Amino acid sequence: MAQEQDTQGMDYLVSLPRRVVTVYVPMFLFLFVLLFPFYWMVVTSFKPNEELISREGNPFWVVAPTLSHFKKLLFQTEYPQWMWNTMLVAVVATFLSLAASVFAAYAIERLRFRGAHQTGLAIFLAYLVPPSILFIPLAAMVFKLGLFDTRFALILTYPTFLIPFATWLLMGYFRSIPYELEECALIDGASRWQILTKIILPLAVPGLISAGIFAFTLSWNEFIYALTFIQSSENKTVPVGVVTELVEGDVYHWGALMAGALLGSVPVAIVYSFFVEYYVAGMTGAVKE
Amino acid sequence: MDRLLNNRHFLGLAFMLPAAVLLLLFLTYPLGLGVWLGFTDAKIGREGVWVGLENYEFLFGDSVARLALFNTLFYTIAASIIKFVLGLWLALLLNKHLPFKAFLRAIVLLPFIVPTALSAIAFWWLYDAQFSVLSWTLTKLGWIDRYIDFLGDPWNARWSVIAANVWRGVPFIAITLLAGLQTISPSLYEAAAIDGATPWQQFWNVTLPLLTPIIAVVMTFSVLFTFTDFQLIYVLTRGGPLNSTHLMATLAFQRAIPGGALGEGSALAVAMVPFLLAAILFSYFGLQRRKWQQGGTDN
Repeated sequence: MAQEQDTQGMDYLVSLPRRVVTVYVPMFLFLFVLLFPFYWMVVTSFKPNEELISREGNPFWVVAPTLSHFKKLLFQTEYPQWMWNTMLVAVVATFLSLAASVFAAYAIERLRFRGAHQTGLAIFLAYLVPPSILFIPLAAMVFKLGLFDTRFALILTYPTFLIPFATWLLMGYFRSIPYELEECALIDGASRWQILTKIILPLAVPGLISAGIFAFTLSWNEFIYALTFIQSSENKTVPVGVVTELVEGDVYHWGALMAGALLGSVPVAIVYSFFVEYYVAGMTGAVKE
Repeated sequence: MDRLLNNRHFLGLAFMLPAAVLLLLFLTYPLGLGVWLGFTDAKIGREGVWVGLENYEFLFGDSVARLALFNTLFYTIAASIIKFVLGLWLALLLNKHLPFKAFLRAIVLLPFIVPTALSAIAFWWLYDAQFSVLSWTLTKLGWIDRYIDFLGDPWNARWSVIAANVWRGVPFIAITLLAGLQTISPSLYEAAAIDGATPWQQFWNVTLPLLTPIIAVVMTFSVLFTFTDFQLIYVLTRGGPLNSTHLMATLAFQRAIPGGALGEGSALAVAMVPFLLAAILFSYFGLQRRKWQQGGTDN
């Protein structure tokens, strides 16, 4: 908190009119541009079709709000199924990756086995490999393994970008835990396993939450693997389902599309709103190291 | 057995096992497989045979592939520069003493956390040729007299997708740079002010040099993700009009998955690697942490 106070710095020296022009006005413009698409999503998803295609009147407001787009989405499409798929894949992939990452990060950072340094470097390099380079050979593999068009294909491939990220983040957290704690426990006769579960993990809970939240949103937002590996509608995730199934030929159901985009964004937004601090810590922590 | 379990080399390898298996199987192996596929004429459902550099020769002579390379470079450079300038500006604003600071910071990050494919749909609707609210507003203001065809004209489309990319990327850059800004001690600014430095001089001579290491990391990530971008283009234009927004990733997808030419698509994807390596090396050697920034001297 003391640091929060410090960041005020010399701002009090700047006069109010000057602050309005140099700080408040640009800040307001930034917020307006960053938030407008969301406002537009909400407005569009409640507009009846006549209002959507009318050029008269004020488009920024809804005259006769309707829930018909949401009804169509929930009862005439497989949207609820996509929602369930996305949730399932994101949660399982997150837990799988977190479990693997905790062990890997502890081994690299604390056990310091032979080659730990090189392994840490390899993990960082793996973090830099973008999915756009991997999806074609992965598609060939998924096909051969008989996993094509299954959710299992996504659960197995999402850890390729989640594990490097989560391991890197957790390594930073483990580094901040004093060695002395472990040494004391070793002298008292604790095994490595006991040290990990009784000392390190409880202290690394904030790091685990950060990594978990970040991994969850990354899996929820994943697009290219889900687009490539899934074919049938009932196995699709929300982003892919909305993009590929709600557009029929040249007829765009803008209301339903926006409603789908809105509902698909709500779960990540909720998770995010509860854990903003952890999310920011995860994001900046992964970059800072 | 007990002693083996407390041997850190053995235990270390055992602990590495789950992560290592997953990564070797689904990251390292496909990476190699991709390079191999790029040298074959594999199609979906058919094993390929070695054709040497044929795919690369074909792509080099293919005007669409060359256009995709140009588009990718243009998209990456333009979007990265704009994102950096706006992101740094937003970070500086957020670092000021503002009411509801934490709340503002949380809101600013929203475009980054929402699924890109879904926010891209919102942009698709904003860019609609007939019902775009942007065109509506500009018409009412009297600035234009015909609705803008955002995604129908090659250069309009290029700038439109760049704008959408910037919208999504600025929050990430701003929030990470903000974390860097908060580590700069206010006493440095006080000292600079006592020496008579103007705010502009303080920015150039205090803020920017101290921020360089984190800028390097953030921009490397930003360039990496922009260069390999896929979803935004796929949702907004599918590479059109006239392939003018096709990026290497979207073209690789189109050739390999709907088109079935796995070999050619892999070659396109592999062709991105040298550019990515160049970007990483540039930021590593060009902008890495200098000793004087930590109180030492350059040698």
